[in-house]
Amino acid sequence: MAQEFHVLAVDDSFVDRKVIERLLKVSSCKVTAVESAGRALQYLGLDEERSPVEFDELKVNMIITDYSMPEMTGYDLLKRIKGSKKLREIPVVIMSSEDIQPRVNRCLEEGAEEYLVKPVKLSDVVRLRDFILRQKAHPQTEHNSMKRKSRDESPNAGCSASTSCDHLRPSIPKRRKIVQL
Amino acid sequence: MEFVGQLQRQFVQFSHSLFDEGFLDDQFQQLQKLQDESNPDFVLEVVSLFFEDSEKLLNNLSIALQQQIVDFKQVDSYVHQFKGSSSSIGAQRVKNMCVHLRSFCEEQNLEGSLMCFQQVKHEYYLVKNKLETLFRLERQIIEAGGTVPFIA
Repeated sequence: MAQEFHVLAVDDSFVDRKVIERLLKVSSCKVTAVESAGRALQYLGLDEERSPVEFDELKVNMIITDYSMPEMTGYDLLKRIKGSKKLREIPVVIMSSEDIQPRVNRCLEEGAEEYLVKPVKLSDVVRLRDFILRQKAHPQTEHNSMKRKSRDESPNAGCSASTSCDHLRPSIPKRRKIVQL
Repeated sequence: MEFVGQLQRQFVQFSHSLFDEGFLDDQFQQLQKLQDESNPDFVLEVVSLFFEDSEKLLNNLSIALQQQIVDFKQVDSYVHQFKGSSSSIGAQRVKNMCVHLRSFCEEQNLEGSLMCFQQVKHEYYLVKNKLETLFRLERQIIEAGGTVPFIA
């Protein structure tokens, strides 16, 4: 039986949470939507009080989080996830209404998969889902082809065996901006 | 059936005017595309959430701007939220007015902020009114046995 693509969506805005949830459901994703980074960490079993449910049952394929949230930002959440052995392989996407290059760079350097400028569109979600699914199926080749599509990418990206490809994390920031037509 | 036709024409004309006059932008159409038979009230639900949210934000803003010493960081935070949610539903004029208000906040310009805040409220109530009319027209069409035209 095909596994569902499970996305954990994090956003403190009621309106945005409802929209992202719908975008993900329409894209055939299973969605868990939470209102804060704290809740997200609880769900992922990364907080002090361990969740009694086995993590594997909650398998999360992607985390999509708003950047600006009270108490803990999406960036801080990203750092916590990438700093965790258990969770660092999960792709994290940052969403923000603010298109600030240094912020984009910081997020990408910290390991974010993408930085999406809000409002997020259906085409963004579908593209992300497809990319991550292909990455899972073909870790080496797909990573390369995605990197070639990136705007600022250097032409000689060649990833041999490693799936995390940390050595390829660009000092040239990869940047994906969704242009409103 | 003539009545339904009339309602449908009214709906189409009204919808077009909302986009032409800049009350709504493409994001509203994005939301409409997410609505289907399994979720027939999606747009109405999101917009209702927006109205609820906005009342709270406007109230908070009003209080924050009336303080003896205005905390512009706090005001800016509320405006940022309002800009975000209005952008998410495609309420373009509200969003743009929020951008102006943020500039005044950045300058810590109280007079400018107060004036601009009035304009933000004005735009909000305008678009609220328009959207309520739009939803009412939709309901009337459905109650008269017709289908709501999709606005490309």
